[in-house]
Amino acid sequence: MARLTINGTAHDVDVDPNTPLLWAIRENVGLTGTKYGCGIAQCGACTVHIDGVATRSCGVLVSDAVGKQITTIEGLATNGALHKVQKAWIDHDVPQCGYCQTGMIMAVAALLKEKPKPTDADIDEAITNICRCGTFQQVREAIHMAANA
Amino acid sequence: MNYVPNVNRRSFIVGAAAVGGGLALGLELPLGPKVVRAADGTPEINAWVVIRPDETVVVRVVRTEMGQGTLTGLAQLVAEELECDWSKVTTEYPTPGESVARKRVWGDFSTGGSRGIRMSHDYVRKGGAAARMMLLQAAANEWKVPVAEVTVDKGVITHKASGRSTTYGKVADAAAKLEAPKDPPLKDRKDWKIAGKPLLRLDTPDKVTGKLVYGIDIKLPGLLNAAIRDCPVQGGKIKSFDAAKVTGMPGVKKVVQVGDSGVAVVADTWWHAKTAVDALPVVWDEGENTKVSSATIAEWLKAGLDADQGFVGNENGDAKGAIAAAAKKVEAVYAYPYQNHAPMEPMNATARWTENKCEVWCPTQNAESAFAATLAASGLPADKCDVYKTYVAGGGFGRRGAFHDYVRQAVLIAKEMPGTPVKLLWTREEDMTHGRYHPVMQCKLVGAFDKDNNLTGLHLRLSGQSILANVFPQNLVNGKDPLTFQGLMPQGQEHAFGYTIPNLMIDHSMRNPHVLPGFWRGVNINQNAIFLECFMDELAHSVGQDPLEFRRKLMSKHPRNLAVLNAVAEKAGWGKPAPQGIYRGLAQMMAFNSYVAACAEISVTNEKIKVHRIVAATDPGYGVNPAQIDRQVAGSFVYGLSALFYQECTVKNGRIEQENFDTYNSMRINEMPKVETILIEGGGTVWGGVGEPTICVAAPAVMNAYFAATGKRIRSFPLKNHNIQMA
Repeated sequence: MARLTINGTAHDVDVDPNTPLLWAIRENVGLTGTKYGCGIAQCGACTVHIDGVATRSCGVLVSDAVGKQITTIEGLATNGALHKVQKAWIDHDVPQCGYCQTGMIMAVAALLKEKPKPTDADIDEAITNICRCGTFQQVREAIHMAANA
Repeated sequence: MNYVPNVNRRSFIVGAAAVGGGLALGLELPLGPKVVRAADGTPEINAWVVIRPDETVVVRVVRTEMGQGTLTGLAQLVAEELECDWSKVTTEYPTPGESVARKRVWGDFSTGGSRGIRMSHDYVRKGGAAARMMLLQAAANEWKVPVAEVTVDKGVITHKASGRSTTYGKVADAAAKLEAPKDPPLKDRKDWKIAGKPLLRLDTPDKVTGKLVYGIDIKLPGLLNAAIRDCPVQGGKIKSFDAAKVTGMPGVKKVVQVGDSGVAVVADTWWHAKTAVDALPVVWDEGENTKVSSATIAEWLKAGLDADQGFVGNENGDAKGAIAAAAKKVEAVYAYPYQNHAPMEPMNATARWTENKCEVWCPTQNAESAFAATLAASGLPADKCDVYKTYVAGGGFGRRGAFHDYVRQAVLIAKEMPGTPVKLLWTREEDMTHGRYHPVMQCKLVGAFDKDNNLTGLHLRLSGQSILANVFPQNLVNGKDPLTFQGLMPQGQEHAFGYTIPNLMIDHSMRNPHVLPGFWRGVNINQNAIFLECFMDELAHSVGQDPLEFRRKLMSKHPRNLAVLNAVAEKAGWGKPAPQGIYRGLAQMMAFNSYVAACAEISVTNEKIKVHRIVAATDPGYGVNPAQIDRQVAGSFVYGLSALFYQECTVKNGRIEQENFDTYNSMRINEMPKVETILIEGGGTVWGGVGEPTICVAAPAVMNAYFAATGKRIRSFPLKNHNIQMA
């Protein structure tokens, strides 16, 4: 049994502490917006915030996430209002298949918290998620839109 | 002619024996007052359109949305003719089971070969137009006025003379009882108000909140999860496995052999299933294919470059004679590797089987093909099966079109646990090593010039793998795979060669290794465009001519190819000095009935290539949603350049070596060039595709720029094998 605090709510989950956080979030807590893409922290589809830091949840053990504030895509909106990154994503029609985009949005939201007006170089350095559809041009444009929103 | 075949529905036809003449129809013409009702009881106007009393317009879509925007584009086409309020439009997917029951009223479900819109625009628009005519007629009948006197704007019907008005929702019930017009006329392109506009996609909002349910996210009461290991060598089998070693592990419910080559563990959670299947001792009988490696395949293909026998794909004049008589000959050999699709959502399917019903939930590019796989694996007839496609597939790129191995496996597993829904999810490793790979191909090109440096002949010899020979052998033509010649075919075909050369021979020595080939976004144009367009650049430079001018001389009979090439050259500033350190390269191709070209601008520093800018032009005839076309074109460079720089599946001891993105890289945002898209709507009666054609010009445009920058030709790929990196 492990107590995970996700989107402000404590969940007691009955898992081996060595389970990757990704699978505890998806299967034990039931929040499926966080995606499995590679399982080796390469693609970023499983990105969540742990104590505010964008983190690939497939590479974090449940035991290491206990006692920390975990935010998933389902917890990004506040009081029913979408986060400015989510809004920019809708307004700029960023997602194609969308599968990687929840992770992408979580990575971008963390970037904007750290650097509210990121340069292209900041984006290049911070955003390393894989998108096989190839939305990068729209992602970059929407990051700037969100930063200026 | 369309060479991308329909599904192999041998088993499907059995269940749908009456399909026969219904293959081509898309528009239901109900006889008399029989009304078909939607699931919620609302009457259909016709198979494509349902209008609810609250004015919601439901457009039926059977092609798959997997990111390419087809869902929105098809809805725009229906709405355009329907003259409804776009803000009231929603969509619905009929199932293949429903389709069979209604004699395939919605036509082909297949979403590959860039066909989603181009192969259904006519009948879906007619569906919209017929529905509009029936709705107007219903209002006219109610008011007892001639239908010619009523007009409609955004679903509001008006009779101006009497000042009356009503809405689609109010007359839908009466309209559904009317006879459908036989051949409703369609609007001219210039009159489009909804189609042709850069509207936002219909499927975005739930993608940004995590609410969208992909196949991997499906939840059902009592659902169990399965993880699988299939023999790592294609053609191999299971010899034995020791289930007892894992049955006591946490959550494990059952260990199931899947066919003769796979074994799955079913558990409460997928993580438990995966952990147990990893720990399961399995002895494989890997068979003869373990002797095969990338090197043995390459040797075999190399021999085909000069083999006597070759299937002829395109021929005019006497290429052999022209080469023999040449004042100057140029020769080159190129090679293209195996590549995996690697969509972000790994293969998965959920199945529930009982003796009376088999249901499957999955992402698929062709629900009918998934349905055929379900019938075959379940042992049940068509009226006892159905496939529920997820709203969006997490990428497809060809992997989920003709190949439903993952559906077959899920059904076979579920069959071992009657009544219990089981979700099978592949690991990325399973996905990478059990792909349907972009075929391997080598190519030898010989060009002949006369003494005045005119190109008199070209022989392009392909040697390598046929997709059709493995996937749809019934589509071979006297042994020849016509699809191998995409982009190189004779005039009048949807992948036609874009140059006029007096003596031409394009042929193929077919060599089919055991590695399973598949339709990989763009299919055979990817390698053919590299071979042809890099070699055209070689030919131009060999006679000291500008690559653009050299091509233009050969393209006078190919005006639409020329138009896209000229468009990118002009916008990129070809012929004018580039910024310091920047070099340009060109490529053009015709594929899937669209004409595409690109001009790449790159710089090279210490074997690192920076792709700064791409100017790309595409002429699909008609642009249904320019914003989505823009995105498909930009995304095509991510797919195409990832392949060029990084991607190769190598074979060792008969198996694929790359297992995940650490060894099979995909480019990131820092490597993304600025892509400027030019959309040309060349019109005509034949529509072109968008999702695939542009990918093929990415690599040759960059490679030709690389030659301009360095004077070096690279003729085998990916570039990582030459220690060339992407900056």
